[in-house]
Amino acid sequence: MESTLKNMVLSLTLISMAMVAGLGFVYELTKDTIAKAEKQKEVSAVKDVLPSFDNNPIAEMKEIDGLTFYPAKKNGQSVGCAVKTFTNKAFSGRFDLMVGFLADGTIKTIVVLEQKETPGLGAKMTEPKFKNQFNGKNPAQFSLLVKKDGGKVDAISAATISSRAFCDGVQKAYDLYMKNFVHSTSGEAAKSDSTAVKGGTHE
Amino acid sequence: MDYIKIIIIAIIVNNIILSQFLGICSFLGVTGKVSTAIGMGAAVTFVIAMGNAITYLIQTFILIPYHIEFLQTITFIFVVAFLVQIVEIIVKKSMPPLYQALGIYLPLITTNCATLAVALLAVQKSFTLVESVVFASATGVGYTLALVLMAGIREQMEINGYPKGMKGFPMTLVIGSLLALAFMGFSGLVK
Amino acid sequence: MSNFKVFTNGIIKENPTFVMVLGTCPVLAITTTGFNGVGMGLATAFVLVLSNIIISILKNYIPDKVRIAVFITIIATCVSVVELLMKAYTPELYKSLGIFIPLIVVNCLVLGRAEAFAQKRGVWASALDGLGMGLGFTLALTLISIVREILGNGSIFGFPFLPAEADKILLFILPPGAFLTYGLLFAVMNALKRKANI
Repeated sequence: MESTLKNMVLSLTLISMAMVAGLGFVYELTKDTIAKAEKQKEVSAVKDVLPSFDNNPIAEMKEIDGLTFYPAKKNGQSVGCAVKTFTNKAFSGRFDLMVGFLADGTIKTIVVLEQKETPGLGAKMTEPKFKNQFNGKNPAQFSLLVKKDGGKVDAISAATISSRAFCDGVQKAYDLYMKNFVHSTSGEAAKSDSTAVKGGTHE
Repeated sequence: MDYIKIIIIAIIVNNIILSQFLGICSFLGVTGKVSTAIGMGAAVTFVIAMGNAITYLIQTFILIPYHIEFLQTITFIFVVAFLVQIVEIIVKKSMPPLYQALGIYLPLITTNCATLAVALLAVQKSFTLVESVVFASATGVGYTLALVLMAGIREQMEINGYPKGMKGFPMTLVIGSLLALAFMGFSGLVK
Repeated sequence: MSNFKVFTNGIIKENPTFVMVLGTCPVLAITTTGFNGVGMGLATAFVLVLSNIIISILKNYIPDKVRIAVFITIIATCVSVVELLMKAYTPELYKSLGIFIPLIVVNCLVLGRAEAFAQKRGVWASALDGLGMGLGFTLALTLISIVREILGNGSIFGFPFLPAEADKILLFILPPGAFLTYGLLFAVMNALKRKANI
């Protein structure tokens, strides 16, 4: 087709407008499903990492310093908390974890929400062999550092950076959880460890 | 994050070509000669540094306030295409010798995935404006480095004999593999 | 060219990965597991078919001088549609392919087919061409990712293939393995082609 200034501007504008309109339509169509899909994983992860509870942790969620806390209660008593945490120190930047704590800060279970680590190396953190070593451990005694750095965590072989990052994410969750949710009643555990939790509980 | 860290990571640890596989087309296509590799590298560095500054402003002041992030891909590619045109016009008018040297590589930058990718990555990593531009420039330097290394090796390979089936792309890819292996050695450099 | 030939052209004779060498970034980057390979291939195929159809419908209304700009607008829209659909219905796959989904916009394969085929031919032929090219691309990606997954992780599409105690060659999952697998498979294709010609 011949190019004149008029038809160039006209066709470019019309086609762009039609395209953006079409895209907007698809966006409206998929918006709710996308939001649901994004939330879905988090909601099921919250359930997976917590002990049995009878409140609604999703409704009671709190955001502190970029981390999301889902407190769990039974008969009004705090039984623990699911913490959505992250680290920026991973091999490919960032990954997100959901860590379940019992009321005294003991780790119950950890679920990996999102990670982009190398398959076969850092991505092995999603396997039970690595992440289950944290289950039932209290970071107050179980120092969250890889053995190479003097801690108690068995690193994934050939993926020390990812393992360190994993510990970093869990540690961050633990520190903030102890600081903001655990009051003097269960403060004992936190006080006994001065290295891992700097100023853990001064409530 | 401090700038030195961003620069080192972008140039060698996470080299855009050898560890992130962006801009592979030009890595395979225009690495026949060292001189063209340098020209291409310079042009790309310039476009991504400018592009990142503009896309950062668009993202922060238009897309996010009006909640139209789903138009990100379209607007970013327009910025890149527009910028390439502008650069071409300016270079042609004010620096004819450079224009001669870059020649056909300028328009090709539009479809170079490195340009769009760096803009998208900077948004993903939530960099500030300065960080974003520093990141883009360093990435451009890393891109040029990979291109020049490859071109140097290929110039030498021309003299040597190797199996016919390996001629052209297969050989280039195998060389790329060895270069990537060498760059993996840097992976523990920055904690 | 008959419609059947248009379709098979992209799969074998002008295979985008092993013959034309177009759109190589995803070929190297996301072929770490079979699922990623197939997913990326199909996403690209979908964009190819959609953009080829739209461009062949609109071809008489696009002035020559701005055609590239128009093509890119159309392609970027198709890619954004795929992006939204994947986010909604296959969030896992979307996350593992990451930035390479929006980068389909700058995959030279898509723009290349718009320029070389869709702007000259009818809607039906363009759709078939997009489908053929897309499937050719998917097959190549699948082949490379299967090789890498077996050697590097000992599995096929996530199912264990090699015995658990067998040593895996991690290198094949890492960047150097991507270049090496692609390069060697390319050489094999070249050798096969030469044999077939004789």
